[in-house]
Amino acid sequence: MNAPVDLSILSERPHAAPMPRGRVFAAYLQETRSEILRYLRNPGFLLPTLLFPTVFYLMFGVLLGHGNGQQARYMLAAYSTFGVMAPGLFGFGVSLALERDGGLLTLKRALPMPPAAYLIGKMAMAMLVAAVIAALLLSLALFVAHVPLSASQALRLFALEIAGVVPFCALGLLLGTLIKGQGAPGLVNMIYLPMAFLSGLWFPLSVMPKFLQQVAALWPSYHLNQLALAAVGMPSQGRGALHAGVLCAFTVACLWLAARRLRRNG
Amino acid sequence: MANDTAVLARLRGATKAYGALRALDGIDLGLRGGELLALLGPNGAGKTTAIGLLLGLVRADAGEVELFGMDPQRIEARRNIGVMLQDAQLPATLKVGELIRLTASYYPAPRSVAESAELAGVTEWLQRPYGKLSGGQQRRVQFALALCGRPKLLFLDEPTVGMDIEARRKLWQAIRHLVAEGNSVVLTTHYLEEAEALADRVCVMARGKVISEGSVGALRARIALKRVWCSTSLPLAEVAAWPEVAEARIDGDRLCLSTEHVELLVRRLLAQDATLSALEVRAAGLAEAFTELTRDDNILVQEAA
Repeated sequence: MNAPVDLSILSERPHAAPMPRGRVFAAYLQETRSEILRYLRNPGFLLPTLLFPTVFYLMFGVLLGHGNGQQARYMLAAYSTFGVMAPGLFGFGVSLALERDGGLLTLKRALPMPPAAYLIGKMAMAMLVAAVIAALLLSLALFVAHVPLSASQALRLFALEIAGVVPFCALGLLLGTLIKGQGAPGLVNMIYLPMAFLSGLWFPLSVMPKFLQQVAALWPSYHLNQLALAAVGMPSQGRGALHAGVLCAFTVACLWLAARRLRRNG
Repeated sequence: MANDTAVLARLRGATKAYGALRALDGIDLGLRGGELLALLGPNGAGKTTAIGLLLGLVRADAGEVELFGMDPQRIEARRNIGVMLQDAQLPATLKVGELIRLTASYYPAPRSVAESAELAGVTEWLQRPYGKLSGGQQRRVQFALALCGRPKLLFLDEPTVGMDIEARRKLWQAIRHLVAEGNSVVLTTHYLEEAEALADRVCVMARGKVISEGSVGALRARIALKRVWCSTSLPLAEVAAWPEVAEARIDGDRLCLSTEHVELLVRRLLAQDATLSALEVRAAGLAEAFTELTRDDNILVQEAA
C-alpha cells in the first residue's frame, strides 16, 4: 500500500510533462510582452511607423489645408489608414522575414513555444502601435486642426483602425513567408507605398485616371479607407458591410496561403 | 532513477535527402537517459540534419524518429528538451533576463531566472540588452536559454564556437553539472578535445552515416595507434619493414613511427640500437583517431619505403 517508490517511478516517466493551462496562458502573455518591448525599444521600426503618418498629416492635412475643415477631416481618415498599414506590414512581415533568415524562427520551432503565441504576440504588438498612431492622428485633428468630430465618430475611427491592422498583419505574414532577409524592408515598401497611392490615401481617387479608379477595389487599403471615411462622416463609396466582408475574406486568404507555405518550408 | 537507461531519443533507419544530396543515409542513433553523446564529423557529415530530425525541424524521408517516445513535432515531446542552435539571432533589444523569462515560460516547471543565469554564468549581464554582448557572451546566454526549462535532454549544436578558453572551461563545467544531475546531452562539436573532455559516448558521422560509435576510449582503441619518436642510427627503410610498424617517416631529425604494438616496437628499437636517444611515446589524440576514421579509404597502413 505505502509504496512511494512506485509513485516516483510514475512521476519520472519521461513523457509525463503536463503543462498546466495557466502556464500555457503565461507563455502567450510573455511572448506578447516580449514582442511589444522589443519593438518599442527599436527606434528603426518605431520612429518611421509613428512619424510618417503624423508628419504627413500635419503637413498636408493641417498646415496646407488653410483651416479647411473638410480637407483635414478627409485626410484624417486617409492618413489613419496609411498609418495602420505599417505596423502590420513591417512589424509582422519584415520581422518574420528577418527572423526566418536569422534562425530565430527555427529556434522557436525547436523550443516548446505554443505555435499560436508567436503570431498572437506580433499581432498584439501591431494593434498597440496602430492604437498609438490612431490616437496621435485623432489628437492632431481635434486639438490642432480643430476638426469638429463627435465623440462617437472619434471612437469609431479609433476602433476601426485597431481592427483594421489585422488584414495587413495577414498580408505581412504572407509576405514574410515569401521573402527572406535584409532586402525585406525595401520589398515591403514597394508594396506598401504604391498600394497607399492606388487606394487614394494621398490623392483622392477622383483626381486619378479612370483605370486606377476601377482597380482601386483590389487593394485592402481602399476598403479600409472607405470604412474610415464613413466613420468620420465623410461621403464614401459602397456599403460598409461589403468593405468589411472583403477585408475579412482577404485576411482569411492571406492566412491560408501563409499557413500553407509555413507548413511546407518552415 | 528508474529510467536512467531508457532511450530518450532515437533515430532508426532515418534517411533525409535534399535534392540529389543524401544528407542522412539510413542512420541509427539512440540516446539513453543520463548520458552525454557527442556527434563528431566533418562539415556536411549530417550532424545538423540528425539534430534537425530529433527536434522536429525537418521530416525524415524514411525511417523512424522518436523523442521521448513521441513524434518530435508534438509539443509535449519538446517540453522535455532544451535547445542551443548554431546560429540564432535573438532579439537584440531584449535584456538577458527578459529572454530567459520568455523561454522559461514555454516549460511546465522551469528553473528560476536567477538559477538559470547562475548555472550558465550570465548573472552579471541579466540587465543588459542581448545585442550589446560579445559573441562568446551571447553563446553563454543561449546556453542559459537551453537549460532554463529544466529539460531532461539538451541539444547543444557547436556550443563553444566563438568562446575563449576560460569561457569554454566554464561551459564544460556547467554541462558536467547538468549530466551529474541525471540529465542527458546531445552535443555536436568540431572541437575534438570537447568531446574528449565531456562525452560518455562518441558517434562519428561521415557522409550521412554513423561510422563509429562507442566511448572515447573505445574509439581510440579502435584506431589503437601510438606514435613513437626517437633519434636512431637505424635506417628508415629497415624500420619501416618491421611488422610492428604501421607507418614510418622522418620528423625533423627524428624518426616518427606509428604502431598498434608499442611495447614490442620499443623493445625491438632499444635492442637493435644501443645508442638510441630522445625516445618519446604518445597516444594518438582523438583528433588523429578521427582523421583516420573519416578518411575515405580508411586504410591506415602505409609503407614508407
